[in-house]
Amino acid sequence: MSTEDYLKDITEIKDMMNKSSRFLSLSGLSGIMAGIYALAGAAIAYYLVSQSGRNYLILDGKIFTFILIDLAAVALLSIVTAIILSTQKAKKNNETLWNGTSKRLLSAFLIPLITGGIYILIKIFSNHYGLTGSLMLIFYGLALVNASKYTIGNVKYLGYIEILLGLICAIYPGYGFWFWVLGFGVMHILYGSLIYIQHDR
Amino acid sequence: MKNIIGNINKAFDHRIRLGIMSILMVNEYADFKMLKELLGATDGNLASHTKALEKEEYILVEKSFIGRKPNTRYSATKKGREAFKKHVEAIEKLLKQ
Repeated sequence: MSTEDYLKDITEIKDMMNKSSRFLSLSGLSGIMAGIYALAGAAIAYYLVSQSGRNYLILDGKIFTFILIDLAAVALLSIVTAIILSTQKAKKNNETLWNGTSKRLLSAFLIPLITGGIYILIKIFSNHYGLTGSLMLIFYGLALVNASKYTIGNVKYLGYIEILLGLICAIYPGYGFWFWVLGFGVMHILYGSLIYIQHDR
Repeated sequence: MKNIIGNINKAFDHRIRLGIMSILMVNEYADFKMLKELLGATDGNLASHTKALEKEEYILVEKSFIGRKPNTRYSATKKGREAFKKHVEAIEKLLKQ
């Protein structure tokens, strides 16, 4: 065999190792979109609260219900966009979306995320919602770090940043809203752009 | 030089077999369908290559049923992992020369 053949072999080995153990069809564009949805959702929430004439939230108020719906809409839109765009990318890369790797990615991602989600809901309904922003950032960051071993490399660092933001937010709970905007809005747009430049083009 | 060539393993001297081992090095196990999809091989082609690797005791084949469907699961043996590592190291050394 010639040097060229051996080089081809090494490339093939690396390619198969990556393809079989990492979900590479994660779309950068869906990260950017998630960030935009988060910013829009935050703007709506900000408007609602500032219109109410109060600077704080009451749990059984109408506005609080609207904000919960607003949050759920942001989450749902982000998930749907991510699925649609990743399906397109997978098709382009000749990969299947639903395979062993994406299943592992999803379970690694969802276990910390759902645990956190339930925990936050329990706290909200027992009137402890002061740290909601911080807890969302921390559990989301943990979910990203946990899932990162099954996908594109730098997702891990986004996770670290979200955890750090969540911890700082715990020190300044009064600024929870702004940390949330930074973590879910700005960071998603930044990281989505980074993935888009590195992997999508 | 002679020693390096000695470590180049004839069992891995084919794209499909090289692919099977690469996949099994980073995954605990893989089933027939997953290997087929990743490697783009036909059933018969893949079966003959897995058989060759099984004969060398580089991979372990487990047949079972999921419901009524037969399922074949492959994993790398310790012997296979070591042989593959040596093979990759030998290629890397050859390329450095």
